[in-house]
Amino acid sequence: MNIQAMAQDIPVEGEHTMEGVDFITSGDQYLTFLLAQEQYAVDILCVEEIRSWEQPTKIPNAPSYIKGVINMRGIIVPIVDLRLKFSIGEASYLDTTVVIVLTYQSDNNSRTIGFVVDAVSDVLNVDNADIKPAPAFGGCVGPQYIEGLINSENKVVTILNVAHLQKVEPHRLHS
Amino acid sequence: MTKVLVVDDSNSIRDMVSFTLKSAGYETVEAKDGQEGLSKAKSSNFDLVISDVNMPNMDGISLCTELRKLVNFKFTPILMLTTESSAEMKMRGKSAGATGWLVKPFNPEKLLATIKRVVK
Amino acid sequence: MTVDLSQFIPSFLEESFEGLELMESELLNLKEGDNETIHSIFRAAHSIKGGAGTFGFDKVTEFTHLVETLLDEMRDGRREITSKDTEILLESVDCMRLLIEAARDDDNYDHDKVEQTTSRLAETLGDEPSSDSDNQSENIVAASNVCGYTINFIPEHSLAKTGNDPLFIFNALAELGQLTLSADCNDLPALVDIDPQELYLSWQLTLYTDVGEAEIREIFEWVEDECLLELVPIADTSNTSQDIEVLAPEEEPQSQSTTTNQEQLASTQNASSAIAGAKESTAEDTNIPATAKDKDKAKAKADVGSIRVGVDKIDNLINLVGELVITQSMLSELGNDFDMDKVDRLTSGLEQLLQNTKELQESVMRIRMLPISFAFNRFPRLVHDLAIKTGKKMELVIKGEQTELDKTVMEQIGDPLVHLVRNAADHGIESCEVRLAKGKPEKGTISLDAYHQGGNIVIEVKDDGAGIDRQVVLDKAVEKGLIEADAILTESQVYDLLFEPGFSTAAEVTDISGRGVGMDVVKRNIQSLGGRIQVESTLGKGSCFRVHLPLTLAILDGQLVKVGSETYIIPLIAIVESLQIDNKLINRVSGDMVLYRLRDDNVPILPIYQLFNLATKCTEIDKALLVVVEADGQKIGLMVDDLLAQQQVVIKSLKDNYQQVAGISGATILGDGSVAMILDIPGIIHMALAQAQHAQREKTDGNASVTAEVCL
Repeated sequence: MNIQAMAQDIPVEGEHTMEGVDFITSGDQYLTFLLAQEQYAVDILCVEEIRSWEQPTKIPNAPSYIKGVINMRGIIVPIVDLRLKFSIGEASYLDTTVVIVLTYQSDNNSRTIGFVVDAVSDVLNVDNADIKPAPAFGGCVGPQYIEGLINSENKVVTILNVAHLQKVEPHRLHS
Repeated sequence: MTKVLVVDDSNSIRDMVSFTLKSAGYETVEAKDGQEGLSKAKSSNFDLVISDVNMPNMDGISLCTELRKLVNFKFTPILMLTTESSAEMKMRGKSAGATGWLVKPFNPEKLLATIKRVVK
Repeated sequence: MTVDLSQFIPSFLEESFEGLELMESELLNLKEGDNETIHSIFRAAHSIKGGAGTFGFDKVTEFTHLVETLLDEMRDGRREITSKDTEILLESVDCMRLLIEAARDDDNYDHDKVEQTTSRLAETLGDEPSSDSDNQSENIVAASNVCGYTINFIPEHSLAKTGNDPLFIFNALAELGQLTLSADCNDLPALVDIDPQELYLSWQLTLYTDVGEAEIREIFEWVEDECLLELVPIADTSNTSQDIEVLAPEEEPQSQSTTTNQEQLASTQNASSAIAGAKESTAEDTNIPATAKDKDKAKAKADVGSIRVGVDKIDNLINLVGELVITQSMLSELGNDFDMDKVDRLTSGLEQLLQNTKELQESVMRIRMLPISFAFNRFPRLVHDLAIKTGKKMELVIKGEQTELDKTVMEQIGDPLVHLVRNAADHGIESCEVRLAKGKPEKGTISLDAYHQGGNIVIEVKDDGAGIDRQVVLDKAVEKGLIEADAILTESQVYDLLFEPGFSTAAEVTDISGRGVGMDVVKRNIQSLGGRIQVESTLGKGSCFRVHLPLTLAILDGQLVKVGSETYIIPLIAIVESLQIDNKLINRVSGDMVLYRLRDDNVPILPIYQLFNLATKCTEIDKALLVVVEADGQKIGLMVDDLLAQQQVVIKSLKDNYQQVAGISGATILGDGSVAMILDIPGIIHMALAQAQHAQREKTDGNASVTAEVCL
């Protein structure tokens, strides 16, 4: 699959252009984004679309981090606020707040879910050998969600495991 | 281009024969039973007819007999696609004017090799 | 060249299963001397065998061959059709299905069953050796020194009439080695006597080749009965110099010279191998970038299944799209230079667009509609088997099998219907003696009927058996503790007890209907399809179970309602009435339960904002609207802020990307592109019930007399 073509296919809405991002077709590429001031990243091949924030339709009795569902070209897509899910920073909805829509293919089904983040920042080219395991003692992001850490200039980027992100924890209604 | 009429009541067999022939550069027209085969034969010329024997409405043997009555099909090779390789079966085909027979299971390579005995 | 046929396996499988169904239903209809039926059964088996052989499903081929042999004997009148043979054939159909499924899933099958049936088949066939391999012992060991053959080929004059052309045969021979030939024109009559359709020539051919005699003879396979054919091996040392001459047979109707023909042959071959090469390379091109993701996609797609659609439906769609295109171009032309004078044209154009869209929607929906015969066709066999198992006499009457139903509904209604038919055969129809004693015909009748009623389809399962004894049902319910001994129930309430979990009226659990799956499951399945079931019964005369189902699960007529800032959709079918709340009719009972007096009924009021934990301004009951809905015979008043429009909505699943949500049956996209949730009325009633019970448990036992039934 032509990564470059794919990366360019990602529609960008609003002011969030990917200007100045250089695409290199060797190695894995990750889309980095901000939660509070921290850098996180996901595999760019899973990124379906980047949208600006819009108020979704609420799902009754859903946990607070599930903001609701939106209509993405006829598909009903649930929206998860990663800041609430991981308890990072404040869940404020500004003009810069964006939703990264990820599609993850497993066995024989695929799930498409949108994730609310503070801002999209960059595309990183990463050699798999450079990915370091996350330290065992934890922050607020559960270890199952972390694929590894990567050093980018003087910052540390946490690579998130899309497969785990896409698993919707079943929640029950409580009266 | 060599044009072949493929007559079989089984979709999958018909598709396979047709697919095999097309991939070898033949042109094909399909019919789902003898009756349809006959009416398609009347409306166009063919260089070869490949027909199943057991079909509803009109079986392959009757189709063969009917085709031989048509001026355009007097010398056209007609091959019967059959699972029955018995001598009796072959005699019935022959007496109806069939050129030859292809014994199932259908094998694409064999089909292409054998039809060369009757067409370009 | 190699041709990959694996892409045809799905269509072969689909065809085979259809063939098996046909075999089964025809076998059940089989009567003595019914040749056409036997023929079509034979054809189905024959096709399955042929296809299975092609794909290397050897077990299927082997087994089907036995079946085919038996059918062949019946077809030729060599064997009388006995009911015993029919039973064996029916069993064989089951085995074939098992084997094909095993071949499809690359899985194991029930060996015992297949072996048993195989031996029964073999026994029936009279211990005939099962292998029919008329493999002529090929390859008569070629003499070691043979380097070729001299072939004398003297065809009968009529050879061309079978469509055989010696030229092509020679071309085929030429591919085996170096071929030279000479024609013998001695038989040629005087020109005036020549019949242009006859072949008067004979040939002597010399072929230098290393292939065996059998292979050469195979090329003459189709003409061997119409010619004299001699093959004389040429020893390696001998240098037979014969008059070798290529003669163009002028008298041939299709006169072509051998050489040009060969050239053409060669060019065709080149062309075909070039095509094959091109194909292979494109295949490679497309394969290289195929990642695991793509493969997953392909796999997922394979599971989706296909649907066969009549050409008329497709044609209709194409016509409608054509009309839509016309409307669209009319509208866009109108939009090019629009002024207010053209408003009328715009309005009529939009109306036309609405009409087009509606018709298109209906037609698309119709694609998913299949005649219910797809669900009904398994019942003749079922009833046949049930009659044997129960020792009762019964027949099945099917009506309305052309009634169309959505494919998804069809797939899910099969099992509940099987259960109802089993029930009718087991509990409904009486034994022959009882029936005769009651003055009924010895043979019981179970009838299946389907028809459209409004936007629904109704399926009836009727029997002329004993009917339901309400007293027995009541006694049983009391015994099981489902009702109080002194409870007074209406007729339909009594029948509803049949669908209570754990209720079974059969004195003994038989292996036919008492398989743990109760009528409660039947009811639940029907409800999950948005349908309901009704029972009618007359003691001694029979019973009728009537299943009402929506025609499609894809579209729903809905009432849009507003609760706080959210819009919800209530299925119209569930709505009894909508009303402005009259304060005087509100009653508070047992603490926090709010009931609304609706004529004689007391309907519990359920504020949606409370159920869904929404913030809303309008929490005052008397300012809100009440939408009274009903499910499971239970009415409930949903409190909403406002009623909006009624419209048809396309149902989208929440499960695809999320999960099932309690109280919500799905979502839809509204005209403005926003998403709205569709309320699941039975689910909401269930939730409310659970909440009420939960609330009750928190209270002291003082209120124990308030049962859930009173609450809800």
